[in-house]
Amino acid sequence: MTDTSRGAEGLRSIPALLKRNATQFAGKPAYREKDLGIWQSWTWAETAQEIEALALGLLNLGVNEGDFVAIIGRNRPYLYWSMVAAQSVGAVPVPLYQDAVAEEMEYVLGHCGARFVIAADQEQVDKVIEVQDGLHQFEHMLYIDPRGLRKYDHSQLHRFRHVQEQGRAAREEFLPELDRRRGALDYDDTCVMLYTSGTTGKPKGVVLSNRNIIETAKNSSEFDHLREGDEVLAYLPMAWVGDFIFSIGQAYWTGFCVNCPESADTMMTDLREIAPSYYFAPPRVFETQLTQIMIRMEDASKLKRQIFHHFMGHAQKVGPTILDGGKVGLVDRLKYRLGEALVYGPLKDTLGFSRVRVGYTAGEAIGPEIFDFYRSLGINLKQLYGQTEASVFITQQPDGEVRSDTVGVPSPGVEIKIADNGEVFYRSPGTFVEYYKNAESTADTKDPEGWVATGDAGFFEEGTGHLRIIDRAKDVGQMADGGLFAPKYVENKLKFYPNILEAVVFGAGRDRCCAFINIDLTAVGNWAERNNIAYASYQELAGHPRVLEMIQNHVEETNESVAQDEILSGCQVHRFLVLHKELDADDGELTRTRKVRRKIIGEKFDDLVTALYDGSDSIYTETEVTYEDGRKGKIKATLEIRDARVVPVAPRAVAAE
Amino acid sequence: MKDTDGYMTEDGRQIGGVLMEMKNITLRFGGVVAIQDISFDVREGEIRAIIGPNGAGKSSMLNVISGFYHPQEGEVWYKGERRPAMKPYEVARLGVARTFQNIALFEGMSVLDNVMTGRLTHMHAGIGAQALWWGTARDEEIANRRKVEEVIDFLEIQHIRKTPVGTLPYGLKKRVELARALAAQPSILLLDEPMAGMNVEEKEDMSRFILDVNDEFGTTIALIEHDMGVVMDISDRVVVMDYGKKIGDGTPEEVRSNQDVIDAYLGVAH
Repeated sequence: MTDTSRGAEGLRSIPALLKRNATQFAGKPAYREKDLGIWQSWTWAETAQEIEALALGLLNLGVNEGDFVAIIGRNRPYLYWSMVAAQSVGAVPVPLYQDAVAEEMEYVLGHCGARFVIAADQEQVDKVIEVQDGLHQFEHMLYIDPRGLRKYDHSQLHRFRHVQEQGRAAREEFLPELDRRRGALDYDDTCVMLYTSGTTGKPKGVVLSNRNIIETAKNSSEFDHLREGDEVLAYLPMAWVGDFIFSIGQAYWTGFCVNCPESADTMMTDLREIAPSYYFAPPRVFETQLTQIMIRMEDASKLKRQIFHHFMGHAQKVGPTILDGGKVGLVDRLKYRLGEALVYGPLKDTLGFSRVRVGYTAGEAIGPEIFDFYRSLGINLKQLYGQTEASVFITQQPDGEVRSDTVGVPSPGVEIKIADNGEVFYRSPGTFVEYYKNAESTADTKDPEGWVATGDAGFFEEGTGHLRIIDRAKDVGQMADGGLFAPKYVENKLKFYPNILEAVVFGAGRDRCCAFINIDLTAVGNWAERNNIAYASYQELAGHPRVLEMIQNHVEETNESVAQDEILSGCQVHRFLVLHKELDADDGELTRTRKVRRKIIGEKFDDLVTALYDGSDSIYTETEVTYEDGRKGKIKATLEIRDARVVPVAPRAVAAE
Repeated sequence: MKDTDGYMTEDGRQIGGVLMEMKNITLRFGGVVAIQDISFDVREGEIRAIIGPNGAGKSSMLNVISGFYHPQEGEVWYKGERRPAMKPYEVARLGVARTFQNIALFEGMSVLDNVMTGRLTHMHAGIGAQALWWGTARDEEIANRRKVEEVIDFLEIQHIRKTPVGTLPYGLKKRVELARALAAQPSILLLDEPMAGMNVEEKEDMSRFILDVNDEFGTTIALIEHDMGVVMDISDRVVVMDYGKKIGDGTPEEVRSNQDVIDAYLGVAH
C-alpha cells in the first residue's frame, strides 16, 4: 500500500479527480445517454462545466457544508452530476432506491435529515411530497424531467436546468466560495452515504470516506487493468454501492465513459448498441439472458438449432480452457474458431458482450451451468465478493483463476481472517467509517482494530487460497437431529433451474426441510405456450398440476445433488409448495436488491409453513399484496402441497467428482 | 355550463370556448335511425366523453365527427365555422386525429414506422425528393422523426420502437395507436373505446396517458367509452346516449345522478 495520508497522487476527492479529468481527458466522452432515440454524449470538459453550474446553483439555494442531499431516480448523467456537485459544495450525496415506496423514503430522508432532494421525475417528486410533512429538515427539491410538474407549487420545487442557469448567472458571485469548498475537501471527509438494503430491520446509513472510495477504485482498477477507453453501462440502482464504485469511483479514477440507457425497458437494446468493455450484472441478469436465448433457440429452425447445440457443446468442452490460456489441441482450437465465426461471435454481438474484457457477477451465487455458458463463449466473466461496508471489494477472481464455486482471492489491500465459528472478517482501505447515527451497530460490526464482520460463513480452499462462501452465518443453523442446515445452499441449487425464480427453504430446528417455490413466469409461461397449457393468471399457472409436476422433478433432482454432500445431505427438501404470488420487495418479502427476507416470509406465510409440516395435502390462504401505487389488496388461493422423493442418507464415503 | 367563455374544472384547469359543436345531428342507415337529433359541444382543452350502452350510437357519433359518416340532418361546427361534408382525410388535415375501436395499425410495420404515418399530414415534399431523401424532404423527415420520438418518449414505448406491431400484445397496440394519433399534433383527438378489452392495470396506464396528453399538450379529447367508472374519473363533461338519443349531458356528478341514465344502464321494469 502506498502512503495514503496525502491521498493517492494528491487527488483526495471526486471533485479533484473531475478537475484532473477535465484537463487530462478533456475531449474524451465521460457520459452518454440515449435520449429521443439518439445517443447524446458529454466530454469530461463539458461534464466539469455542467457539474460546476449545478454546484453554483446549489450554493445559490443555500446548501451548506455537511448537508445531506438525497438523490432519487434511475441512472442518468444528471443524477451522477448531482452527486459530484453535492460533493463539490461540501455536502454529502445520499442516493436512494428509486423503486422504494414513500414510507421507506420517509425513513431514510428523516434519518439523514436531508435538506435537499434531487429527483428524476414526477413519480419521485410525488413520493417525497407525500411524506414531506414528516420531514422537518427538508427544504428544497430539484427535478429533472418537468413532465406533469408544471402546475405544482414551485415555492420549494426547482427545475434542475433552472438551478444550473441561476448558477451560471451567479458564477462571479459564488465561484470563490465554490473554490474554497472544493479546496477544503479532505481525504477523510465523507464521500457518500449509502443505505444498506436491510435483510433484517431498518436500513443503515453506511458512511464512506473519500479515502474508502478512491483507494478502492484505484486498487480495483489496477487489478483489472481498467483504462480510459473502457465503456460501462450504468443500469444498476444508483443507491447500490457497486454502481457508486463502478460509475463514479472507477470512472473518475481511470476516466472511462459511463453510458446510461434510455429507459429500464430498453436496457438490452442499449447494452447491444454500447457493447461495454467492462460489465457488471447480478446472476439474475445472466440467468434471464440465458433463458431468453434458449427460448428463442427453441423457436429457431431445425438446422440453426443443430448448429447452435453442436458448437455450444464444443465451446463447453474447450472454451473455458482457451479463455484461461490452458492447453488445447490444434483441431479443437480451429473448431472453436469456426464456432466463433458461426455461433459465438453473433451470439455475443446479440447479447451486447462482443467487447467485454472484464465482466463481474456478484451478490448471489451463480449457477455453474450459467457461469460456464458465458465463459465458454469466451466472455471473461468473473466473480467477486463484497458488501457496502467494504466499498464493494473483499475478494475477487484474478484472470485465469476463475471458478463458479469460489469468490476468489482477497482484493488488493484487503486482509481476511476466518473466525472460529466460520464467519469471515476483513480489514481494508475501503472499510466504512461508521453507520450514521448508530454507534451501537458500528461497534457490533467493526472492532477497534478495524476488522469487520461480514455475517457470512466461509472458508479458504486449501491449495488455491480461494475463498468459498457457504451461507449467511446467521442463517446457518441446525436441524433437530443436529445436522447442519444451510438454506441458501439448497435454494441456490433450486434457483439454478430456469423455471424456478425464487426458493425459500425452512428447516432450522425441525426434523426435515420444506420449501416455498416461486416459478419464473417468463420461462414457465413459454413452456406452457409450447405445451398448449392455457392459463389466465400467474396464480393459475403456478397451481397447474403439470407445473407442479415439473417443479417436483426439479426438487427431486436437487435432492439427489444435495445428497452427494456429506455434511448437508440432511437438507433435502421433503415437501414443497408453489407460491401463488411472486415474492416482492413492495410486500417486504425481498430487499430492494432482491434478497430473500427469510424471517418475514416465515412469519407472513405462517399458515403455509404449518401446513408443510403437519402433513396436509392442501391449504387455503389469503395474502395481502401491495400494488405498485401503494394500494393494498388480498389474494386468495388454495395451494397444493406435494411430497418430494428424497435420497436416503446413509453414511458413506462420497465419490470424488 | 352554457357560458361562452369556458369554465374552470375542479382541478383548476381553464377550459376555453367551443371548439366543435354538433347541432341537431340525425343519422340514418336506411330505415334505422342511428342518431336522432343530438346536439352537444366540445370545448377547447376539455376531456369530453360520450357514453352509452351497446348500440347507443356512440361510434356512429364519432364517425360523424371524423367525417366518415355524413348526417342526413344537422350541422357540424368546427372552430367557429360550419364544416361542409368532407372526406375523412380532409377532416384529418383540419387537425382531427382518431384511434379505432378495433385497432387499425399496419401490422407488418415497426412501431416507429406506424407512428411516422401519423405525420403524413405534415409532409409536403414531393415523391421524388422523398425517394432521394434530399433537400426539404430530408429536413422534413428529421423534424418529423424528432416529433415522433417525443411522442414515443411521452408514451413510454421506446423499448418497442423497432418491433413489428403484429407481435405486440393488445394493450401496447392500443398505445401505439394513440401515439400515431398524437404524432399528428391534432387540435382534437378522438378516442374510440381506448380501454376496451384492457385489464385494470392497462386501463390505469391508459387513463394516465390520456390525462397527461391533455395536460401537457392541451389537446382537446373526445372519447367514447363503455366502462363508466373510468370515464367518470377522467372526463370533464359527459354526454350519455341511448338508442340514438341523448339522455344526459353534464359533469360526471350530474350525469351519475340523472335518473334516465341510471335507468338506461341498469334497466327498468317495463
